[in-house]
Amino acid sequence: MSNLTLIVCLLVVMAMAYQLGMVRSRKVATINPVQRMHSRPQHYGMMVALWAVLPAFFILVIWNLLAPDVIAALVQQSLPPEIQSQDAQAVAVTLRRIANLAANFGIVAEAADWELAAAAYMQQLQHSSGLMLTALMAAIAAAGLTFSYFKIAPQRRARHQVERVVKAVLVICSTIAILTTIGIVLSMVTETLKFFSFIKPTDFFFGTTWNPRFSTTGATDQGSFGLLPLLSGTMMIAVIALLVAIPLGLMVAIYLAEYAPAKLRNTVKPVIEVLAGIPTIVYGFFALVTVGPFLSDLGQTLGLTIRATSALTAGVVMGIMIIPFISSLSDDIITQVPKALRDGSLGLGATKSETIRKVVLPAALPGIVGAVLLAASRAIGETMIVVLAAGNAPALTANPFEAVSTVTVTIVNQLTGDNDFASPQSLVAFALGLTLFVITLLLNIIALVIVRKYREQYE
Amino acid sequence: MSNDKLQTATVTSADINDIKLQESLAATAAQPVKITARDVKVFYGDNQAIHGIDLDVYQNEVVAFIGPSGCGKSTFLRCLNRMNDTIDICRVTGEIKLDDRNIYDPTLDVVQLRAQVGMVFQKPNPFPKSIYENIAYGPKLHGLAEKKSDLDDIVESSLRRAGLWNEVKDRLNQPGTGLSGGQQQRLCIARTIAVSPEVILMDEPCSALDPIATSIIEELIDELKQNFTIVIVTHNMQQAARVSDRTAFFHLGNLIEIGATNELFTNPKQKRTEDYITGRYG
Repeated sequence: MSNLTLIVCLLVVMAMAYQLGMVRSRKVATINPVQRMHSRPQHYGMMVALWAVLPAFFILVIWNLLAPDVIAALVQQSLPPEIQSQDAQAVAVTLRRIANLAANFGIVAEAADWELAAAAYMQQLQHSSGLMLTALMAAIAAAGLTFSYFKIAPQRRARHQVERVVKAVLVICSTIAILTTIGIVLSMVTETLKFFSFIKPTDFFFGTTWNPRFSTTGATDQGSFGLLPLLSGTMMIAVIALLVAIPLGLMVAIYLAEYAPAKLRNTVKPVIEVLAGIPTIVYGFFALVTVGPFLSDLGQTLGLTIRATSALTAGVVMGIMIIPFISSLSDDIITQVPKALRDGSLGLGATKSETIRKVVLPAALPGIVGAVLLAASRAIGETMIVVLAAGNAPALTANPFEAVSTVTVTIVNQLTGDNDFASPQSLVAFALGLTLFVITLLLNIIALVIVRKYREQYE
Repeated sequence: MSNDKLQTATVTSADINDIKLQESLAATAAQPVKITARDVKVFYGDNQAIHGIDLDVYQNEVVAFIGPSGCGKSTFLRCLNRMNDTIDICRVTGEIKLDDRNIYDPTLDVVQLRAQVGMVFQKPNPFPKSIYENIAYGPKLHGLAEKKSDLDDIVESSLRRAGLWNEVKDRLNQPGTGLSGGQQQRLCIARTIAVSPEVILMDEPCSALDPIATSIIEELIDELKQNFTIVIVTHNMQQAARVSDRTAFFHLGNLIEIGATNELFTNPKQKRTEDYITGRYG
């Protein structure tokens, strides 16, 4: 039976066990009128259901983890001795051919007789493995069900057992989330270390030229992998974005929090938050088609040379994108400033705007800084807008009207196309990714620390 | 409508007593009237919180407002410097005069009014700034000090008058929020004094303080009386008896009785006042 069928069967068993447990607990309750049942019937039902299903499910998981290896080992032993004596890689290739045969995928070239025999053996092993698993699971499920079914008694603390299982499930889920993060970081670190075996870290972190020659172009040397032009492009665009977003976002936040009537605030705030929900690729072509040419024309009338795809274009559009991050968070923070402080200031004869400037904003400042840092880390990690609108020219320049490139864009460039994943040209993407990750992580940590410190102030 | 009239009628009948009392008091105090309130009504949306109050406050006296929770004493207090303006749904009718000038006159600048009528709140609310900046805030706003040395003088004298100078003179640059509750409240009083108001409104200034801090504030109120007119709302009847010259008893948005403090507590004219001060309700 396939795993899916087995899981469906388990669910059916679970439902039945639940009913059985409920019915049984009610019966036990009527038999023992003196002693009150510890838990409610649902808990006994759930306890029986969990006993019936969980052990069997673990068997299913473990079996699926171990069985392929065991089968492969058995098949390998059955192979002719001259094949077995080959080196490990050749054996692995052979086993893969056999597995493909057994799965009826077919293989390259004619299958040898011994290969067909091994494939048949493998099929047979897989079949019996499935049967054994089904039998084992059925037995364990039945045992668990019976065991817990007859354990139902007034003093049995089913409620606590169910509670423990709930807690365990939650712990497992959060562990998965954390392990995934750690896994991503580890994989990036290993690939980055591989990259640093080609290129010296100092050349990477302090190099001022970015020119990774692709091996497909026939170049013999590896090219130069200087991070600085990319980092400066990233920072320039992020700074432009913040220059656009901070004043606008903050004004919006102040208006919404202090001046707007509640009705307007409740309508406008979600509308502004829609800005954060627009796919960034849409912003990208908005920048490319509308904002870029507009800025370029504007530059002409002012006598400036502004390229249509430039740091400025990408920065302005990205600034629009992150407005809601700043406005929404700052609005929440400004609203949290206690009314007592406002009253204190107004009571001394300050006007509303004086109160906001001199009391409310300073009090909310740490939180606002936190909001800005979160927006900044968003801006630094943003890709699609920059891919389309920044011009993709990895040059070290201080002129925002020129085309630049960023870390994220370069990662896209290095990983798209026909690549050899063992070459520094591809591996550099991981080094860049890790650098970016560390920068945004630091910004996030700083932001969180600031926001938390701010919270303590009023609690 | 008829109900409304009835209430007005009861208030007027109570007022007849008051006027007599006030006359006798005015004669003894011989102080000019500082604040005059006539037929003040306050509405929160459709809810009427105050049903027409007439009341006079004399210069350099301490008037205490007492009454059970929700009786409108804080609401009325907040009318006196138009702090109720900050609440959108709040509407005030009637007439309140400060030195013969109607404070609800549209031509009157509310900023000026609040500089003249300062307020101390229930919970100490120092700004999250340094002690010095807390005091200097108001004078800076109103341009009371030209030079830094003038400002320093204002800060020092305000803190001295609030009895806080000796405790904080060595740490003026530390945050005001780091002081103890009682010190914070005196800081707020000093902050209010710093803009040299004529009237100080205090909204249960001691309700968040311990008994020792409370007694310090009460002594302070006694001293401040020399220079300021003080209106204090309090839940604590002993406090009203200790600090005030006259006491007003509020109930359900009406002013039930106002009179010299010792007289009101020993010999209340109204049954409801007597019930309240003897602890029958509230």
